[in-house]
Amino acid sequence: MEMTLAAPRVDYLNVRHTVASWLLTKDHKRIGIMYLVVVTIAFFVGGLFASLIRLELATPAGDLVSSDTYNKLFTMHGVAMVFFVLIPAVPAILGNFVLPLMLGAKDVAFPKINLLSWYVFVIGFLFTLYAMITGGVDTGWTFYTPYSSRASSTNVMMTGIGVFITGFSSILTGLNFIVTIHRMRAPGMTWFRLPLFVWAHYATSLIMILGTPVIAITVLLVAAERVLHMGIFDPALGGDPVLFQHLFWFYSHPAVYIMILPAMGVISEIVQTFSRKNIFGYSFIAFSSLAIAIIGFLVWGHHLFVAGQSVYAGLIFSFISFLVAIPSAIKVFNWTATIYKGSVALDSPMLYAFGFIGLFTIGGLTGLFLSAMGLDIHMHDTYFVVAHFHYIMVGGAIMGYLGGLHYWWPKITGRLYSEFWARIAAGLVFVGFNLTFFPQFIAGYLGMPRRYHEYPPELQVWNVMSSAGASILAVGYSLPLVYLVYSLFAGERSPADPWGSRGLEWEIPSPPPTANFEVTPIVTHGTHQYAPSKEVGVV
Amino acid sequence: MSNGHTRAEHFPGPLHHPPLTSGEARKHHVPHEHHPKLQHHFDSMDQQLEASTLGMWVFLVTEIMFFGGLFMAYLLYRWANPTAFQEASAHLSKGWGAINTVVLIVSSLTMAMAVRSAQTSAKPKTQVMWLVLTMVFGAAFLGVKYVEYGQKFHDNLVPGPHFVWTGQYPAGAEIFYSLYFCMTGLHAIHMIIGLGIMTVIAIMAWRGSFDARYYTPVEVGGLYWHFVDIVWIFLFPLLYLIGAHYGAGH
Repeated sequence: MEMTLAAPRVDYLNVRHTVASWLLTKDHKRIGIMYLVVVTIAFFVGGLFASLIRLELATPAGDLVSSDTYNKLFTMHGVAMVFFVLIPAVPAILGNFVLPLMLGAKDVAFPKINLLSWYVFVIGFLFTLYAMITGGVDTGWTFYTPYSSRASSTNVMMTGIGVFITGFSSILTGLNFIVTIHRMRAPGMTWFRLPLFVWAHYATSLIMILGTPVIAITVLLVAAERVLHMGIFDPALGGDPVLFQHLFWFYSHPAVYIMILPAMGVISEIVQTFSRKNIFGYSFIAFSSLAIAIIGFLVWGHHLFVAGQSVYAGLIFSFISFLVAIPSAIKVFNWTATIYKGSVALDSPMLYAFGFIGLFTIGGLTGLFLSAMGLDIHMHDTYFVVAHFHYIMVGGAIMGYLGGLHYWWPKITGRLYSEFWARIAAGLVFVGFNLTFFPQFIAGYLGMPRRYHEYPPELQVWNVMSSAGASILAVGYSLPLVYLVYSLFAGERSPADPWGSRGLEWEIPSPPPTANFEVTPIVTHGTHQYAPSKEVGVV
Repeated sequence: MSNGHTRAEHFPGPLHHPPLTSGEARKHHVPHEHHPKLQHHFDSMDQQLEASTLGMWVFLVTEIMFFGGLFMAYLLYRWANPTAFQEASAHLSKGWGAINTVVLIVSSLTMAMAVRSAQTSAKPKTQVMWLVLTMVFGAAFLGVKYVEYGQKFHDNLVPGPHFVWTGQYPAGAEIFYSLYFCMTGLHAIHMIIGLGIMTVIAIMAWRGSFDARYYTPVEVGGLYWHFVDIVWIFLFPLLYLIGAHYGAGH
């Protein structure tokens, strides 16, 4: 290794150690780490609520908490996880850190706005935390009107403000990424040489900038109705509550793709590296990201099949929802084809990638059940839905995030973690996850509704399995916190490219210097070149 | 790379360093001269300007979606209460609305002149004059809005417990006025933010920050200002003019 010099190399971590050098940094790498800290806190806050939910549901009687408290628990679990973990996890942490490196850029296009978006995020999180601590909120993370705008006496406004503010952090991140990808690519980094992680983030950013403003105005309108008694959604004031559902899901369905698309980008990187093969069907994966982003905007009505929406509208929404399966399947098939006959290394990132591919497939296929109008009437608001979206969001997005965190950890920190413990954690997460959520498909199919803290005794066996799985999952999620933090102090130093990834971000030392590249690089072909180049659009 | 780490010879990485394509490399890596306003992470002033303008365009797209939710609500409720909306609209002052429309269009012109004066390296005084004119028109717009809002308060047309409507369709009219206040209120907030931006830009212009080489803030601020004007161009007919023939043709 080259790291035998007497003086330690100056990198972005050791260049300065003061608190101010972190809080006022404009370095995308440091901002990524600051997001990592806040998102990790939010993850364990949300996880705490989830644990209490599973504890309550271990017995059929509502014996641990009151039904009001239970309403608050699942609401705050949803709010914390959706807005403060799933949406920012991959883009704001890994995307912030890696995306400029992948482009050969010194930073994102607007470093000050990048720092601003972190502060906006933290302020939104503090508002939400304050709402949680001072009594909580019980509307469900969906804030359906008129309950949220008229009836609920909990901290709806405070939570709404938190979500509203956080939305701007998401918008600013998306804006920064789009401009960065357009304008900051190094010479020679053509669109079809971009790592697929970048394509996924481009698609994600489109959703962030197009969808997030709509939830922002919707929350504002709920506030206008709740505080100023202006009639917008409340039927008593002449409004239409279904309009709220349309506006809400116009953002919140695409928001699912904000969560899953970046994770898909991570998987595309990991699968190539640990199969030692170029991706199969590069342009199909790239364009399927865009297709998911575009089609994803046209399916929101499948959340309203039982809300009095016209059957014809439902029919079209149902059909378009089926269409999303196509680009999703393209990705799964292409990853599988990439792994096929590769020389596969079962390192921890790859274990998460395998987990992702399997669990996302189950989550996607059960989504087809729910986009079929007839079947949805049976399954609507049951645990089948809960299981379905947890397969996508936890089995998909969180698996992808953990895979990416393990994959880039040596680059981010310059340290190697214990691969032994990492594999054990990945195994625990996979087993715990399936034990938690697979029984929920069955309980839901048998008719167990979501959002109740009591249930008939014959459903107990499924719920006990689920709660047992949640305990394993909790251990699986806590382990990385231990061995990753431990690696910071005692981990072996990482070389520039510990996995043999052959990507632009692996060309520079670990951890990278503040300026990333001493000289703007000239790129002559795409990433992960394990075989002679067969590029699109290049002779 | 200066750290000199090695990699497998058979598979060259994606990087090759300057000597390989020196002409290209020079162009991108060594700016002819380092403009004091060039930020460290950009390679050239052009790249910096392009990034900033694209950034503002993307932001304006989010603004369209932000207002879009309101326009969606307007569409739905006007479709549900067509006559009530006409009746309610007839009560808005078309005169004030028309004056404000002219005021904003003129402010767009002075804004365009401000951008042009910066692009052509006009004297700081000239740049500041156009910017201040823009701000004067913007403030005039807000002044008219203040008068209009005052009348609505006086006439009990503010939705809520004190709303009074003597016409045929009180429920529909209240929804109309809810939308009127949300839409014009959000627009006015954007105007106020615009005035803040203009103040900063005018101070920068006064200090002689802008010339043909560097006028990014004026350009980007101008894009924002024009957007806010265009929103009004849609709000004016949708809110003020749909009631023009109410009672006449029925």
